[in-house]
Amino acid sequence: MSIKILVCITHVPDTTSKISFTDSDTKFDKNGVQYIIGPYDDYALARAVEIKESGGASITVLNVGLAETEPTIRKALAIGADEAIRVNAEPVDSFFVATQIAEVAKEGNYDMILMGRESIDFNSGVVHGMVGEMLGLPSFSPVMKLELNGEEVSMTREIEGGKDHLKAKLPIVAGCQEPIAEWRIPNMRGIMTARTKPLNVKEPVSVEQHVKTEKFELPPPKGQCKLVDPEHPEELIKLLQNEAKVL
Amino acid sequence: MDIYCHEHHNMIRESVREFAEKEIKPRATELDRKEEFSIELTRRMGDLGLFGMIVPTKYGGQGFDILSYIIAVEELARVDGSHAATLAAHNSLGIGPILKFGTREQKEKYLPQLCTGDALWAFGLTETEAGSDSRGSKTTAKLEKSQWVINGSKIFITNGSSPITAGVTVQLISDVHKDGRKEISTILVERDTPGFSSMTMHGKMMWRASDTAQLFFDDCRVPRKNMLGKRGNGSKIMLSTLDSGRLSIAAMGLGCAQGAYELALNYSKERKQFGRAISKFQAIAFKLADMATKIELARNLLYKACWLKQKRKPFGKEAAMAKLYCSEIAKEVADEAVQIHGGYGLMQEYDVERFYRDQRLLQIGEGTSEIQRLVISRYILK
Ligand SMILES: Cc1cc2nc3c(=O)[nH]c(=O)nc-3n(C[C@H](O)[C@H](O)[C@H](O)COP(=O)(O)OP(=O)(O)OC[C@H]3O[C@@H](n4cnc5c(N)ncnc54)[C@H](O)[C@@H]3O)c2cc1C
Repeated sequence: MSIKILVCITHVPDTTSKISFTDSDTKFDKNGVQYIIGPYDDYALARAVEIKESGGASITVLNVGLAETEPTIRKALAIGADEAIRVNAEPVDSFFVATQIAEVAKEGNYDMILMGRESIDFNSGVVHGMVGEMLGLPSFSPVMKLELNGEEVSMTREIEGGKDHLKAKLPIVAGCQEPIAEWRIPNMRGIMTARTKPLNVKEPVSVEQHVKTEKFELPPPKGQCKLVDPEHPEELIKLLQNEAKVL
Repeated sequence: MDIYCHEHHNMIRESVREFAEKEIKPRATELDRKEEFSIELTRRMGDLGLFGMIVPTKYGGQGFDILSYIIAVEELARVDGSHAATLAAHNSLGIGPILKFGTREQKEKYLPQLCTGDALWAFGLTETEAGSDSRGSKTTAKLEKSQWVINGSKIFITNGSSPITAGVTVQLISDVHKDGRKEISTILVERDTPGFSSMTMHGKMMWRASDTAQLFFDDCRVPRKNMLGKRGNGSKIMLSTLDSGRLSIAAMGLGCAQGAYELALNYSKERKQFGRAISKFQAIAFKLADMATKIELARNLLYKACWLKQKRKPFGKEAAMAKLYCSEIAKEVADEAVQIHGGYGLMQEYDVERFYRDQRLLQIGEGTSEIQRLVISRYILK
């Protein structure tokens, strides 16, 4: 059986980026920042490609973003997606993004909508739930294992203090995380074929903006780290009593 | 580098960098120390599609432009010289001449396998008495009935004796004209041909995880059709191969310099003396500034030479300049990188020690710095 998978990817700053803000601390400063596919989305995509390789599937990647995200989308095509859709809009908040995804999904009749459990820029972790709700589909997150058996999907979800084993019937929405699939580096053949795969641009549907950014603030810098020789635990007690004053 | 680089070049750089960091870096020190060639990592480079990058897809390659390949070599060399050497020698010296001068039958027979990473091919030019002076070759081939009978030996041949070497292209003397002029040709010799043997050379100070061999031909008989290109065209084939090969040695110099520079940059921010990071001392900061400037220049020159080749414009002079400059700055940058590391830079435990050794071949292999200057001066004094 060949199924249709929609993989939603975010275009986020590399994890080693220096974070700073502009416009009186209301906007993220994109200057000199390297962008990557959100690592959780990357795992979702890798799982979709594994499913495609083992049983057959067609994969569409979707990103809500401006033209600057196209190199990131091209990378997803190089990893193994067949075609891409970019909804041409700044992803202002989770509700906006979820609405755009749901709109694309309605037209595409996808059997599975996969994405990361959260983006690594704003880390809201709610888009999969919203998309499920908007489409009237069950949604699951964080899914760390996903197996397909005909129309049935078996999943393992990480929950506080344990694991949750679930079964559901297609279609579903899932927010994914490692180790759902083996991490993939795009190979040369993938990069070559990605150059000619279709990347369609769609205009967004209009959505009322629910979130307004007042101000961003960096967390306070981490304090100095002191190392205590394991041979002298009394040193640690002294520090906790006199310096940290917690004992 | 947006003048020369397109989206796919950036993507190749990212992919190869990630691969080199994840798969090669953790093993580089150990393989270097044990002087061990890794079949496994060679295959992994094949899986990534690094073999036959510029070979058309109909022969099993990837069909990329030259700059794509050069960036791949640069990124491997940024992490480890030995693996960059295995890749560069195979692509530029092994695959290159077969692709450019091979008959359709030869290309169909050899290239698909050579593009997978399961088999390597070498190029044997250097002999004990024929180094810079490649016409000093003593290896000969005589035509007997429908076979070439080869006698002689080669030295310093990269990928010549690895467990997955499938064969070698040999430059030799196929005849001597009445006036004493030698007829030079190139012939393909498969590994299992009787009369052909190879011996791995040990004790190298650099590229210790790359395979270097001596080759021996003792009445080694190959079919007449194994001639690569036209009989008597050996010098032309060799010169054309070296023109392209120089770009990949240059890429190794550039990558080596980049890697050594990054090691020094990071170290200088962490190492504290006199109460502050040594990068805060102007003497160290200026060293880093000089290193970064040299690397920027080297990259511009090399990418321009690639651009010329891609546009089918003459690129021989620029290739020689890029090879000369990139390999010389690799030496300078690695040397300063060790200096910035102080005593630790002399210890095997620190990667910079390996970079310092690995750069040394680059001013010697595929034409020494002196020979590059000879080539460049011939162009400009024409
Ligand atoms: C690790 C390694 C891998 C190699 N891989 C290969 C390979 O795959 N295939 C292959 O065919 N070869 C290979 N080589 C050989 C390499 O290309 C030669 O070592 C190189 O061309 C120099 O030759 P030589 O060592 O005989 O030095 P020589 O030619 O003896 O040079 C000695 C010195 O004399 C100088 N000199 C020579 N002639 C002149 C001149 N006319 N003017 C000014 N100075 C001059 C040189 O610059 C050098 O400084 C490899 C070598 C090494 C070390």
